[in-house]
Amino acid sequence: MQLTEELRLPDRAERLFHALDRTVQPGRSYRLMEFCGGHTHALCHFGLLDRLPSSIRMIHGPGCPVCVLPIGRLQQAIDLAIHQRVMLCSYGDLLRVKGRSHQSLQSARSLGADVRVVYGPMDALALAKKHPDREVVFLAVGFETTTPMTAATVEQARKESIRNFSVLCNHVLTPAALSALLSATKDPVQVDGFIGPGHVAAVIGSDAFSAISQTFSKPIVIAGFEPIDLLASLLHLIELLNQGQSIVLNDFARAATPEGNRRAQAIIHQVMELRDSFAWRGLGELANSALRLRDSYRDYDAEHRFSLSTESIPDHRACRCPDVLRGSCIPTDCTLFGTACTPDSPLGSCMVSAEGACAAYFLHRPQRLLRKVHVTSSPSTP
Amino acid sequence: MSHHHLRPLDLQNGRVERAHGSGGRASQQLVDELFSRHFHSPQLAVRHDAGILTPPPGRIAASTDSFVVSPLFFPGGCIGDLAVHGSINDVAMSGAQPLALTIGFILEEGFPLSDLDRIAAAIGQASQRAAVPIISGDTKVVERGKADGVFLSTTCLGVIPEGIHIAPQRACPTDVVIVSGTIGDHGTAILSCREGIAFDCDLESDSAPLHSLVAAILSVHPDLHVLRDPTRGGVSAALHEIAASAQVGFRLWEAAIPVHPTVRSACQLLGLDPLHLACEGRLLAICPADDAARVLACMRAHPQGRDSAVIGEVITESPGFVQLETPYGGRKLLDWPAGEQLPRIC
Repeated sequence: MQLTEELRLPDRAERLFHALDRTVQPGRSYRLMEFCGGHTHALCHFGLLDRLPSSIRMIHGPGCPVCVLPIGRLQQAIDLAIHQRVMLCSYGDLLRVKGRSHQSLQSARSLGADVRVVYGPMDALALAKKHPDREVVFLAVGFETTTPMTAATVEQARKESIRNFSVLCNHVLTPAALSALLSATKDPVQVDGFIGPGHVAAVIGSDAFSAISQTFSKPIVIAGFEPIDLLASLLHLIELLNQGQSIVLNDFARAATPEGNRRAQAIIHQVMELRDSFAWRGLGELANSALRLRDSYRDYDAEHRFSLSTESIPDHRACRCPDVLRGSCIPTDCTLFGTACTPDSPLGSCMVSAEGACAAYFLHRPQRLLRKVHVTSSPSTP
Repeated sequence: MSHHHLRPLDLQNGRVERAHGSGGRASQQLVDELFSRHFHSPQLAVRHDAGILTPPPGRIAASTDSFVVSPLFFPGGCIGDLAVHGSINDVAMSGAQPLALTIGFILEEGFPLSDLDRIAAAIGQASQRAAVPIISGDTKVVERGKADGVFLSTTCLGVIPEGIHIAPQRACPTDVVIVSGTIGDHGTAILSCREGIAFDCDLESDSAPLHSLVAAILSVHPDLHVLRDPTRGGVSAALHEIAASAQVGFRLWEAAIPVHPTVRSACQLLGLDPLHLACEGRLLAICPADDAARVLACMRAHPQGRDSAVIGEVITESPGFVQLETPYGGRKLLDWPAGEQLPRIC
């Protein structure tokens, strides 16, 4: 905790705010995307956005696993819990996300479904061992950060010959999403540079971002999640933009190396393989952007075990989560924001998790009180 | 009373049976051999259907609360003392001095009598320490699987002295908010022993009766505006409720809020906010800024209020909302705790 305290010192933050004010070039504007929902949450949670120079506009990227999970995939989990009577284990964030006709894992539970909140896949495996007479399914979501644990748990289940455990795998890949954002032919995101996801980089390595940085000529600064981390990385990103350098800078060296965590990569590779395509909520169908269990682990793959097929369920018509996730509008631009769509009753996925941009705005931005007079950016083509 | 025809209760290995809730001899035996050993009051001794009280002058305050905490035993307490403190504190938050408690037990068939004995002992001790006697009680037994060990329900009666008018509607701009100690200790202590999340920690629940602290505050400052114990939903829910009742806003200074380092770490780890975690032995006092120093000094001099701190102020802007000023000069809104965060913490 010593380290965390150091990285939260208000006077260090104050010096960085001043440095940012001095470093931004007059008359220039900076559109910066923090890809990771953890960064979105930290910026709002620590109240940093208000203090940034007005020429910096932060665009909140799609790096919230709950937000990008397609409704159809969530519905599979709800159906498993209700109709197949499995013990469905999930991260708590997912419980309130709405599936088909206002169903959710939470509402399934009130109908008698056995839905358990766990802090990780190993907890779900422990439940499977404790209840050998039940089918236990872990709803796996997340970027490369949570993937190694899912893979390791599946391997553990096989080692111990646990037969009543399976995983509904929805793990997605960060670099694929980044390049999709930048190469979209329709409505590509207008971003000058990226704050890169520190925890993801700790697994896949900072080098994994080099190709994107080069291809699209965008600087990427890999950042940690404490206030000082974020402010220092923002300063470095502004400096790189001022110098016209499009490189990857690793500011999170205390956890992320250029090559990443080889063991984590190895276990992912051993257990999982690329899906041809995956329908991201908000970003649409992206090739080679998600993982599934390899055939040799199919006994642990809930999709195989329960012969699931994915139904495509569209978002609410007025919901602008897709635009928010692409950075083409901010949460308060959406007509549903704070009215029909709130954290208690989320319509769009960005309102569900604390890492979602809409929830972060709703929870932490006093500006939402002034929404009526808030000057919004121009809406993109729907 | 003796029961020659019944074998004595086996308080070591015995279990609750349906007969214990039947109202027959077994029920009587449970009262005689278990509850009576821990609960002592003249009202219980006469074995009337109702406990009878002669109240002192003043208005009567009554509050009732049910307890379903899981696990039943946690660091720093158990469901028994929690149930005693919970109702005493709710009555104390009206400015009343508590007079008496009543208690209802819902027991699950098969519940170990040894655990019931520990819980009854904790109830007896808590009531004795707080000097609030139990004057009436009831026991029901439900079939195995229809409850989770034991559920309790307590009601506390108290009397509000002349000249005390504490109400959430009285919070007004220029008032300040004082908290009586570190926040979120109870919620964290419960979490630390929950299945699936359990972690080692040096923290105990803050469960404690607050009526003596309230009496101390009122003795130096009878015109206190609002008192609230931040239980379920924590400080956030308590202040939101007051903000809605009084149609005012709150601004808290995050750096001023006392948080135990263990609670801070646990919250970081589990993605929780200490402001949303329950306390069971803390109060929020709202009083005019001019009186804050006097109230604070009095609270800090009391054993239940040693870590008291002024943590925020009442404001006119954005009524119904609670704002938080971060140590970085930014402002953010605090929200009501949403959905299921920590079920069954009390």
